[in-house]
Amino acid sequence: MSTEDRKVKLVLGFAGDRQEVELTIPDEEPTPWDLDTKFSVVGGKHARVDALAKVTGKAKYTHDINLPGMLFGGFARCPHAAAEIVSIDTADALLVPGVKAAIPMTQDRVRFAGQPVCALAATTRQALAAGIAKVNAKYTVLPHAARTDLALKDSAPVVHRNQQSNKSGTGAPRNGEAVAAALQQSAKVVRATATTQVQTHACFETHSTVAQWEGDKLTLWTSTQATFGVRSQVADALRIPEANITVISDFMGGGFGSKFGAGYFTPIAARLAKECGAPVKIALNRREEHTDTGNRPDSIQEMALGVTTDGKLGPYSVTITGTPGIGRGAGARNPMIYDFPRDVRAVEQVEVATNAGPQAAMRAPGHPQGSFALETIMDLAAEAIGMDPLEFRTRNDSNSVRLAQYADGAKRIGWEQRRKNGSATGRFRRGLGVASATWGGLGGPQAEVDCKIFRDGSVQVRNGAQDIGTGTKTVLGVVVAEELGLPLEKIAVSMGNTSDPTGPASGGSTTAPSLAPAARQAAYLAGRELKQLAAKHLGVSADKLVMKAGRISTPGSQGMTFEEACRLIQSGEISARGKRRSNFRTFKDGVAGVQFAEVEVDCEYGLVRVVRIVALQDAGIIINRLQAENQVNGGVIQGLAYALMEERVMDRQLGHQMNADFEMYKVPGTKDMPEIECVLYDIANGGNNTSVCGIGEPTCIPTASAIAGAIHNAIGARVLSLPMTADKVLAALAAREKGR
Amino acid sequence: MQQDSSPPGQVSRRGFLKGAGAAVAATGVLGAANLPTTPRNTEPATLKADEVVPLRFELNGKQVETKVRTGYTLLETLRDHLDTTGPKLACDYGACGACTVLLDGKAVNSCLVLAVECTGRKVESVEGLAQDGKLHPIQAAFIAEDAMQCGFCTPGMLMSCKGLLDRNPHPSRAETADALAGNICRCGTYFSIFKAVDRVAKAPKEGK
Repeated sequence: MSTEDRKVKLVLGFAGDRQEVELTIPDEEPTPWDLDTKFSVVGGKHARVDALAKVTGKAKYTHDINLPGMLFGGFARCPHAAAEIVSIDTADALLVPGVKAAIPMTQDRVRFAGQPVCALAATTRQALAAGIAKVNAKYTVLPHAARTDLALKDSAPVVHRNQQSNKSGTGAPRNGEAVAAALQQSAKVVRATATTQVQTHACFETHSTVAQWEGDKLTLWTSTQATFGVRSQVADALRIPEANITVISDFMGGGFGSKFGAGYFTPIAARLAKECGAPVKIALNRREEHTDTGNRPDSIQEMALGVTTDGKLGPYSVTITGTPGIGRGAGARNPMIYDFPRDVRAVEQVEVATNAGPQAAMRAPGHPQGSFALETIMDLAAEAIGMDPLEFRTRNDSNSVRLAQYADGAKRIGWEQRRKNGSATGRFRRGLGVASATWGGLGGPQAEVDCKIFRDGSVQVRNGAQDIGTGTKTVLGVVVAEELGLPLEKIAVSMGNTSDPTGPASGGSTTAPSLAPAARQAAYLAGRELKQLAAKHLGVSADKLVMKAGRISTPGSQGMTFEEACRLIQSGEISARGKRRSNFRTFKDGVAGVQFAEVEVDCEYGLVRVVRIVALQDAGIIINRLQAENQVNGGVIQGLAYALMEERVMDRQLGHQMNADFEMYKVPGTKDMPEIECVLYDIANGGNNTSVCGIGEPTCIPTASAIAGAIHNAIGARVLSLPMTADKVLAALAAREKGR
Repeated sequence: MQQDSSPPGQVSRRGFLKGAGAAVAATGVLGAANLPTTPRNTEPATLKADEVVPLRFELNGKQVETKVRTGYTLLETLRDHLDTTGPKLACDYGACGACTVLLDGKAVNSCLVLAVECTGRKVESVEGLAQDGKLHPIQAAFIAEDAMQCGFCTPGMLMSCKGLLDRNPHPSRAETADALAGNICRCGTYFSIFKAVDRVAKAPKEGK
């Protein structure tokens, strides 16, 4: 402990579980906010700081960048799901009026239908399309397997060269036999296989980049979740210094995990721009967005669970099989959340290569698919021992936040009215279900924020990472406003330009919890400098001064306005940089959530209508209640779509995606909306000076599982496969009738 | 689907659309309000494919004169040639509503309307919503209710809302859901959008 360090006492947790901790804080850190902090700005309902730009059409997305002489770039793509490239002849394409460049891609093999083989740039969209049509590519077509079920067959062609089989993975778990033996000793054993579909991100703004050279300096406008990641990847790809590249993402139209990288399209946009001596815009079309920008892997999860008659979880084994397409990393997170005994738990992950576009992280990667299977076996186990599924969960979950949420949510959804599974009769049957979630979202270092206070009283906050629509700019504005005792409107926030201080990729719900503490520290340090000027002027000690309600004053009200203090700045401005420290002690190692669903099933047509969702979510200390609720609702809606609507359909014969559009790939609209009640839990989680946690991801995890439980309750049969479309609901009903 | 009433031998408007590669099978997912309006002009179309023709129409209260190829959609004309980038290109076949503008006051997908179809007509995009530096009430309501996340659907969503509110100043929740059924928000901000429309619908009229 250096002489400048100080000890602070904090209260973490929430009303239902208060925890006192003592921490040593370095001099440059503000005292962390805790459960007892009284806020003026934090936790209010604030319009987002870039809302005006968004409602007036002034917000410029990458798609909207129009530069003088700009060319349109795009790709010729292989129609075959597997092929050797014999030759790519661009001579005819280059003869098309308006086509300025055609650069064949370097690979010699195509492994999924729609893989790009040649990039072109042209003066108009029409010339580009005509040029693409004239690229003469010759292929030797190879056998393919574009779906998990096809790639698992003994006779299936092997997708990757130099591999014996399409399967890879963790191998059989070492304790597999011990778990099997333990299962045999269990009072009750439940077995089930649950399957989930491939979901695509379907970002509204397709993946896109505009590349412009000025000498050896490259500017890239790109729709990305990682401005700094794009900069380094493009530097590597083009072998140019990172210092020569500026990446700009002022506004971006959705990523959901698919926009972490530069992709193939960004380096090639830069190469086309160089070759043509003109800026080039590449914006993928809707089909390309579905087939070639990532997806959530599917899964087949074979489970066996032993339970005691009094409802305690016992041995558990699960084999999870899924496809990352031609990419890597298909696993599902199962089990999680509940208190499974660790020594009798066996998990095997099997990855199946298929001739389909590579997977990409998608909103809580691995969790929604794992949740669907896990909550299925939980419900089936509860049914097998004749226990209420909510009671069964509370007996096996030791998280104090979720225990509070179970009780709270049960009241809100009317759980006590819940009938026994399958006891409803008639054509329309209602049911209730429950499911849980856990997520990290605590953030960490590699984030710096600048805060400047100017003589005219204006305040500026700058960071070079992106706001992907989650409201990060507003979060930083609120944190700085709170620290400086100003209203939010006084703070100008700038993000999305790599000329500004470094920031994280927007993944794992870490952007806000990584940046907010750095922003607060920057404001704290800048404010401290301003206080010193005010103290000198007022003839008081700077420690006695508080910044609140636009004033800098002592508790005895001796003071001045913020603007008056700023006039004391001699020249230029006060400028401070905040740096994100590693996490200190937290209340929990992640955020907790529970969701309840009520559905109505039309047993004649098999249609499921979600009537109501109650979403209870821990989100650390809530910074902006308006945005937090909006984001929870958004997660629930994507979860609902995963439950009932979205599914990539791959054809067996050609290996094409048959629904790479917005008509047959169904994303939810206004007519699909249930009632959603969002209940935010303000939790002082600690870990950083703001207790901010990210909530982009956790709320999309349990929705499909809660809906599945509600359908089960309504019709007395389990639908074991997502999406739970009418045909599957009717099949489950028919199987139940047959079994009677 | 609209019936094609062009005489034989003439290039029809729908033919243009099909020729331009726009999907016309999207009716199932469109809100009724987003269907292209029946052309006001009833005389037979005489334009040829891929000619360059002069175009004059009113865009956000100002007369615009330009030249377009006959195959250009209104959307690409606005975005690529008139730097009016509020309307977004997200599907290019009328399935998502991101490109919604008002054509003579009715909400249409501008990717399903040829630019030449707009001759002499009135086009409003999100850029024209605010008048004399004052936000339209639906814009103010979108801000107040946080009816956006990434904001990419917002310009189209706002125009569908305006189209609705102009013809039905006090819509029910169900009427709002119907009118916005052709506008996708991938971030899932529908509830905030409903609340924004409710806010305008319930606000007392100015001057009363």
